[in-house]
Amino acid sequence: MNIVACVKQVPDTEAQIKVKPDGSGIEEGGIKWVMNPYDEFGVEEALKLKEKTGGEVTVVSVGPARAMETIRTALAMGADKGIHVCDPALDGADAYATASALAAAIKGIPHDIIFCGQRAIDDDSAQVGAILAELLGIPQTTVVTKFDLTDGAVRVIRPIEGAQLLIECPLPALVTAQKGLNEPRYASLPGIMKAKKKPVDVKDAAALGVSAESKARVVRFVPPPARAAGKIICGDDPAAKAAELARALREEAKVI
Amino acid sequence: MAKGVWIVAEQRDGAFRKISFELAATARKLADQLGEEVCAVLCGSGIEGIAGQLGKYGVDKVFVADNPALEPYTTDAHAAAVAKVVKENDPAILLLGASTQGKDLSGRLVGKLATGLATDCTDVKIADGRLLAIRPMYAGKCFGEIAISSSPQMATLRPNVFPAVENEKAGGVVKFDPSLDAAQLKTKVLEVQKDASGKADLTEANVIVSGGRGMKGPEGYAILEELAAVLGATVGASRASVDAGWRPQSDQVGQTGKIVSPNLYIACGISGAIQHLAGMSSSKFIVAINKDAEAPIFTKADYGVVDDLFKVVPEFTKECKKLLA
Repeated sequence: MNIVACVKQVPDTEAQIKVKPDGSGIEEGGIKWVMNPYDEFGVEEALKLKEKTGGEVTVVSVGPARAMETIRTALAMGADKGIHVCDPALDGADAYATASALAAAIKGIPHDIIFCGQRAIDDDSAQVGAILAELLGIPQTTVVTKFDLTDGAVRVIRPIEGAQLLIECPLPALVTAQKGLNEPRYASLPGIMKAKKKPVDVKDAAALGVSAESKARVVRFVPPPARAAGKIICGDDPAAKAAELARALREEAKVI
Repeated sequence: MAKGVWIVAEQRDGAFRKISFELAATARKLADQLGEEVCAVLCGSGIEGIAGQLGKYGVDKVFVADNPALEPYTTDAHAAAVAKVVKENDPAILLLGASTQGKDLSGRLVGKLATGLATDCTDVKIADGRLLAIRPMYAGKCFGEIAISSSPQMATLRPNVFPAVENEKAGGVVKFDPSLDAAQLKTKVLEVQKDASGKADLTEANVIVSGGRGMKGPEGYAILEELAAVLGATVGASRASVDAGWRPQSDQVGQTGKIVSPNLYIACGISGAIQHLAGMSSSKFIVAINKDAEAPIFTKADYGVVDDLFKVVPEFTKECKKLLA
């Protein structure tokens, strides 16, 4: 089984995000960079599948030089080799440019199944998996919490508003991982040592023959709208405060 | 020349999802600024009869594909149908819901149409004749203003944010053949397991009562369930309480959970870690009940009560019951 896991390096969920004064981007100083949490679920599922069926896991990432750390993390977890699409022209690339670069890299290797995170927690686009599947001409099942592969058929559980779907599709296929799919393993010390020697192929957009041009562009980054200062309901008696809260929500805010 | 503001309407089992009307009303606003038409694409089986309802929210024309292969929703069938009618008609702007279905479909359409998309927008406007989409990034820790240079300019709209304003238009129906190729329909829905609770999904709820570490254990949520029953609310949870196994993953609100924007969000025993705030700060009205006066959740709250939630919440439930009786 030829298994591919796509990963992105993103700021840690606890990171404070500050917009640059000119609105051209975010301040990167002091940010702790980690593997996108949803991609961790994808890597874990790829490794579990490899343990079941045999084969090889290739981890692919589009990102600046520092993204190599994230590829090494996936290799330390147990992936076999990596492809790093690294090109300054792809910095801040939109979903289409990113998926095009991933598609070009993945077309060059055998692929039976591809795992992506359901979204990256930096730009929150939630598009790359689906675009990649389309560009590769394979079916997608997105935001899945359970994955199974039996007799060449992928079966997944996909939660939607007010229901859960059981969906089936044939290989090759692309699956995007949602929290709940599995518990990602930690890289072991021997794993980390071995990862240093695993091969990673570094390519730029020209080598892949893709355009790095984005179609959707962030014209300006802005801080979130400030919320007006709230009102603290004072007093010593919980029941009186509860009554005042109910009254205020009913009469002032008119939300109940 | 690309022209018109289009939406992909969403229905399930022959009934429109609320987001469809939010999309229609928003498209109407944009189209009026451009002096153009609003068209909707509606896909499903046996749904031609409901198409006209979109007219009430400002849709001029509804392109309907009525075909058994379009029910239930699958990416393959819906993406093929929508891409076909969009390519034939060349709209300037194409809006979908940032619902589970809209997100699945929109990404696939971006691939088919080779265009740009702004996901999960909380505002959209026209600037110099082009779409300017405003959306939270880094789970709302900052916002981006997005411009799209390709066509159609695509955006998905966050459910529950845009008002579904009525504005009666013709809503005329145009049937189209989705030209589905059975060999290309590779995904199949084998089973739909409906949530029996009848509660609104967190992403669609008007009121959310959410509990965190301060609930002290799974049994603590009983008082939140009672309050939720009185308010017709859905119960949510922080990452801490989901990771502790007190609540199911599907209840999690936050950067690695659901992004919600109800009218009223009541946070109980939630300190307000940045990753939680990221998931709920687009709520219209926020209440925090927490015994720690320094908890960051109070910086986001419109009303705060500093006290033991196990004393406040049951009393609050009683008061609400009285008011709503």
